[in-house]
Amino acid sequence: MKYISEFRDRALADKMAAAIAQAARSDRTYHLMEFCGGHTHAIFRYGVQDLMPENVNFVHGPGCPVCVLPVRRLDDAVELAERHGVILCTYGDMMRVPGTKRRSLIRAKADGADIRMVYSTMDALKIARDNPDRQVVFFAIGFETTTPPTAVAIRQAQAEGLGNFSVFCNHVLTPAAIQHILQSPEVRELDAVKIDGFLGPSHVSSIIGSEPYEFFAAEFEKPVVIAGFEPLDVMQSVLMLIQQINDGRSAVENQYTRVVERGGNLKAQELVADTLELRTDFEWRGLGAVPYSALKIREKYAAFDAERRFEISSKQSREIKGCECPAILRGAKKPTDCKLFGTVCTPDNPMGSCMVSSEGACAAYWSYGRFRESAA
Amino acid sequence: MKGAVDMTHGGGGRASAELIRDLFQKHLGNELLNKGHDAAYISAPAGRLVTTVDAHVISPLFFPGGDIGALSVHGAVNDLAMAGALPLYLTAGFILEEGLPLADLDRIVSSMAAAAREAGAKIVAGDTKVVERGKGDGVFITTTAIGVAPAGVDISPEHARSGMKVLLSGSIGDHGVAVMSSRENLEFESEIVSDSASLHEMAAAILAAVPNVAVLRDPTRGGVATALNEIAAAAGVGFVLDEAAIPVKLGVRGACELLGLDPLYVANEGKMLCICPAEQADAALEAMRSHPCGAEAAIIGEAVREDAGMVRMRTEFGGVRVVDWLAGEQLPRIC
Repeated sequence: MKYISEFRDRALADKMAAAIAQAARSDRTYHLMEFCGGHTHAIFRYGVQDLMPENVNFVHGPGCPVCVLPVRRLDDAVELAERHGVILCTYGDMMRVPGTKRRSLIRAKADGADIRMVYSTMDALKIARDNPDRQVVFFAIGFETTTPPTAVAIRQAQAEGLGNFSVFCNHVLTPAAIQHILQSPEVRELDAVKIDGFLGPSHVSSIIGSEPYEFFAAEFEKPVVIAGFEPLDVMQSVLMLIQQINDGRSAVENQYTRVVERGGNLKAQELVADTLELRTDFEWRGLGAVPYSALKIREKYAAFDAERRFEISSKQSREIKGCECPAILRGAKKPTDCKLFGTVCTPDNPMGSCMVSSEGACAAYWSYGRFRESAA
Repeated sequence: MKGAVDMTHGGGGRASAELIRDLFQKHLGNELLNKGHDAAYISAPAGRLVTTVDAHVISPLFFPGGDIGALSVHGAVNDLAMAGALPLYLTAGFILEEGLPLADLDRIVSSMAAAAREAGAKIVAGDTKVVERGKGDGVFITTTAIGVAPAGVDISPEHARSGMKVLLSGSIGDHGVAVMSSRENLEFESEIVSDSASLHEMAAAILAAVPNVAVLRDPTRGGVATALNEIAAAAGVGFVLDEAAIPVKLGVRGACELLGLDPLYVANEGKMLCICPAEQADAALEAMRSHPCGAEAAIIGEAVREDAGMVRMRTEFGGVRVVDWLAGEQLPRIC
C-alpha cells in the first residue's frame, strides 16, 4: 500500500537490523524507553524485538491514554452517566477499563446508562444536536494528539449555542510525564529503572513539535528521538538513539521528518491555547500527581465544562488489588512481573487498564508475545 | 411495493396472510411452501443428513455486495458446506420491526430467493413475527438448512494434526470492511464489496480432490484469527502462519489502517479455510482455485506440535507474534 508497506519492508528491516547490530557496543546494554503505547504495539505486532541484538532492550512507558487515567476520573465518568443521566460519549478503548469494584463504562451501559461509543468529537456534537432535551458529555481523554479535536468541539459548540453539550476534560501532556519519570526516585536514586534514551511519540510531536523535549534532554542528559510508528521508523530511531548514546550526546533528533517540524502545528496549538489551560497538577495512574501535566477548560468556555456543570461526588476510588499497572506504567515492572498477568487478568477479563487497550503493555505482551514466556 | 410493516402483519389475521401470499410466496414459492402448512414433508435422500441453524442480525440491512437476505442463505449453506454437505432445504424465521418499509422487505426476500436458487436449495417453511418499533433492527432472519453429505466424509476441527497445511480461499476482511463502510456513523468511500457467497461447490471440489481433508471452516465473525484459534484449541495443535502469504485487498488494508483494525479479525462471508495433509495441499489448492470464489487461494501456514492451542505468525517484517483470540468485539452486528 502506498506510503504504508514501504515502511514495513522486510529487506530494509534486515539491513537496518544489521546496522543496529553493528552500532550496538557489545560491552554495554541499551535501555530505550518507548514512551508511547503506539510504539509498544508496533514493536510487538511486527516482532521488532526479534530483530534487535540481545543488549538492546525496550522499556515500556506510560503513553497509553486509557492506561494513565486514574480510577477516580473513570469513576467520575460512570457517575456522570448513571447519576446525572447524561448521554456520555466516549472513545471505544475507554469502555472496558475497570474502575472501582471493576465497574466499567460497558457494565454501566449494560445496566441502562446511556453511553455511546464515538469515533470523533464531531460524532458527539451530532448526538448533542440530535438530542436537544438531553445533556451530552464528551469524555475527553488522551495526549496532545487528541486534544485539538476537543478544542474544536468546544468552539463549535459555542458557535452553535449547543447548550446541552459539555466536555469532561482529561487531556494530559507528554513532556511533563517524561520529565516526571526522569525525576522519580526509581530512576534517579534507586537505579531500579534504567533509561538511556527515549523514543518520542511522533503523533504528539506533529502537534507540539520536537522543541518541548529540548529542555529535559539537556537537563537530564538523555537523548530523545521523535519516532514514527511504522516498524522501520522504530528501528531507524533505535539506531539514531544508539549512535547518540555511543557518542555521549543527548540531543532531540527527529526521525519522523515527513510530518514533524521543530515548532509543531501552530494552528492546532492556538486552538488548544484558546480553549484549554494548564492544571497545576493532575493525578496519573502509576505516576501519581504530576505538576502541570494536564489541561482544563478555560473560564471563557466554562459553560461547556462538565466538571462545572455537574456536581461530581468524587467518591472513594480504589485500584484493583494486586494489579501492577502503576509500576508497569513507570517502567519499573514488566507485565510478566504481575501476579494477575495471564491468570485472572487477560484481554477478555481485564483487571487493569494496561490489559484493556491495544496500546497497553500488558495487552501487547499477552496478545502478541506470550509464546516467548512459555519458551523461556 | 408501498407501505411499511405494522403490528397487524404479525397478528396472524388477514394482513399476515396477505403479506405471506403477496411477498414471501411471490419470491420463495414452491410446491412445498405453497401448501401453506406449518410444516413441510421432505423426502430423505441417501447419505447422511446434515443440519444447521444460523441467525442474522446485520446492520445496515443493505451493504455493498449484499444484503441480509442473501447473507441468511449463504450463512446457513456455508455451515453445511463446511461439513462437506450439499444444501437441499431451508426454513426461515423472520422477526420484523414495525415500520420496516415493505419495499425493503421485498428486496430482501427477493435476494434470498435468488441466493437459494443459486445454491440449489428450496425454502420449504417459514415463520414471521412482528415486534414493536425500537425492539428490532429492521429485520432479523434465522435460517435452518438441511443437506446431505456423501458417505465417508468426516470433517471436524479435532482432525487437524501437526504437519498439515492451512489453506485460505482468498482475500480476507472484504465483508467486514464493506459493512463498516456503509455504517451510518462511519461512512467512508471504498470500492470493497462483501464476499458473501455460497461455498458448497468449492467444498465439494476440495472433497473430490482430497477426500481425507481434515478441517473446513468459514472464517466469519472474528475472522481467520478466531477460526484458527478455535481449531487449535479443539485439535490441540499450534499454527504458524506466514503473513506475506495471506491475501488482503489494498482497500481492506487501507480501511483497517484507518480504523485501527487487524484484517485477520475482520469477518468474511464467502471465504474458507482448509486444513489437509501436506502432501495433498497442492491438490486442495488447485480445487479451490478452480472455483470463481477461490481464484486467489493460497497456502498460508501449517499446523505444528509446539505451542499447542496457540496461533503464531511470521510477520512480513521478519518477526514472530501471537495471533490471539479476539478480545471483546471489533464492531457489533456485522453478520
